[in-house]
Amino acid sequence: MPNKTFFWFFLPTGLAMILFIGLPIISTGIQSFYAQHDQVVKEVKKCDPFGCTVSIVVDNEETTKIRDAKPLGKFNGFGTYIDRNHLAVDEIKKFWNETESFGAFVDQVTNLPFYKALIFTLTYCLFVTPNVLLLGFIIALSLNAVARKIRGPLIFGTILPMIVTPLVGSLVLFWMIDSQGIIGANIQNLMNDPYLSLKSSKTLTWITIIIYGIWHHSPFAFVVFYAALQTVPQEPIEAAIIDGASRLQRIKHIVLPHIYPVVTFVALISLMDNFRVFEPIIGFSAEGSAQSLSWLIYDNLVNEEVILFGSAAATSMMTIIGIAILLAPVLIRTWKEFKTAR
Amino acid sequence: MDYGLDTKSTRLKTFNTIFIITWLLIACFPFIWTFWGSFKVRADFFSRSDWWYAISAFNTLVETGGKFTNNAYTEAWTEGEFWKASKNTIIVTVFVVSISLFLGTLGAYALSRSTEKYAFWILMIALIFRAMPHITLVSGYLFPFFELQIWGILPTTIVVLVAINQPFTLWLLYSFFKTVPKELDESALIDGCSYFQAFRHIIMPVMWPGVITAGLFSLMLAYNDFTVTALLLNQENHTMVPKIQSYLGTNQHEGNLMWAVSAVVSATAPLFMLVMFFQRQVISGLTAGAVKG
Repeated sequence: MPNKTFFWFFLPTGLAMILFIGLPIISTGIQSFYAQHDQVVKEVKKCDPFGCTVSIVVDNEETTKIRDAKPLGKFNGFGTYIDRNHLAVDEIKKFWNETESFGAFVDQVTNLPFYKALIFTLTYCLFVTPNVLLLGFIIALSLNAVARKIRGPLIFGTILPMIVTPLVGSLVLFWMIDSQGIIGANIQNLMNDPYLSLKSSKTLTWITIIIYGIWHHSPFAFVVFYAALQTVPQEPIEAAIIDGASRLQRIKHIVLPHIYPVVTFVALISLMDNFRVFEPIIGFSAEGSAQSLSWLIYDNLVNEEVILFGSAAATSMMTIIGIAILLAPVLIRTWKEFKTAR
Repeated sequence: MDYGLDTKSTRLKTFNTIFIITWLLIACFPFIWTFWGSFKVRADFFSRSDWWYAISAFNTLVETGGKFTNNAYTEAWTEGEFWKASKNTIIVTVFVVSISLFLGTLGAYALSRSTEKYAFWILMIALIFRAMPHITLVSGYLFPFFELQIWGILPTTIVVLVAINQPFTLWLLYSFFKTVPKELDESALIDGCSYFQAFRHIIMPVMWPGVITAGLFSLMLAYNDFTVTALLLNQENHTMVPKIQSYLGTNQHEGNLMWAVSAVVSATAPLFMLVMFFQRQVISGLTAGAVKG
């Protein structure tokens, strides 16, 4: 296709992506170097029969004036990146010098908002992704063994958790697991502990959200694996059966190597999706004990008083860097393949 | 896959059946339970005293005189203004699907017929864009949109959702157009058609299966979106998913949980129907990029 024709065909979608994906990333980058203006304060002297008091109040008029003049805020450089709510460089130095043992140091650091969120996000990715692959594969194998006639409805039932939006999916589970729901109440009865509830324990909350993640993402892995299983050639399997290979051996030495490229694909996609986890935190109302990077950004953006553009942007940039690190091996591999292909 | 030589032991078969039934219960029961509970009053579905009330409908009987009530639905749709939210969702979904298919087919067709190096790079950039968490993009939008005073209205959200959706649509349709033989449009070009005419008269008639799949995914994205719609629309223009969240209540004001329950059912039912009809396309779409390469 000539370059000129390509240009006109690609222009609309290219423009949409540049304007609403490319530019916003740049815009986020710029915003991250600015911070919202401080409020202008003034002293007000108030006198009543018992004497005069001087109080400091916010000068709304002046504050609005400054905000209107420079809506982006004041230039802050990397200030937002290293403040307490982000990388917290000073705090970490302080902890390093003050704490006695390494354990105490780690304890202090993981209580800082950014590191807390980072640890939750990574824990979530680390537990959900492998389990999603495993469960998806087992369901695919298992469904592949039932009669063809009833597979349709079974597949429909299996993919339900995936097609609902994460917020709805987590709500539906939360209403059951909550202390007033069917599962929560029964667990309380079983454990004989009327105060046992999701919100009472951080570990329980984390486990619930991870279980939700596995529930929500497994169908995707299942669908891809199931489709891949249909392409596994029959001859080597029959040969293996004649040679007396057990079922497990057949899976290990024939099926798995055949679908290996698909496994990496699913792992990559679900890693990318898991890294942006945020809606389940709202669905489970778990803000108290579980915060993810995306949730931190959301929280900054729905701030009641002033929207913290700078703070949200700085977290966003660091999230993007995180995604880049996750994607790097794949991109490098594709580039190498592309180079050798030419 | 039927193995001619493969005979399964009865034990394995039983185990397999039990496993599938268990999994299906885990996958589907939460939805069935929510559907069931949406016809109860709050004191039953979120019972403080006894979870069995959700089944025996003790309070529902006391409060409404019947074992089932559709109060939650009528209130959410009228008082809770869920009708407005569903109207907004329909507007957003229809526009997002049609615009992103229009842009996507043109772009993906060009990508699939180009032999230049830049086509590869464009696809790679699209992959990177696909990986961007939506919330990071939203944090980039908010400030410029406030300044331009285009925040809060439906058209902005539609354009944003179209753009966010493009990388995935491009990849899906690209792998689909790759399966349409090149000779088809090349022969048209030799006969004197322009590229656009070849696209219009030769490709368009055969591209519908791919377009339906891509359309379904655009639809699910627009319909299900929370991040973009919650932050880019004002209260008045909220679509269904952010509306459901607003029913949950916050620290400041008490929500109405039963509205949320009935709204969840109302929002999920059309989606389930759709997937039931188009199951084949959904599955082929999910595997399009994966199985072939």
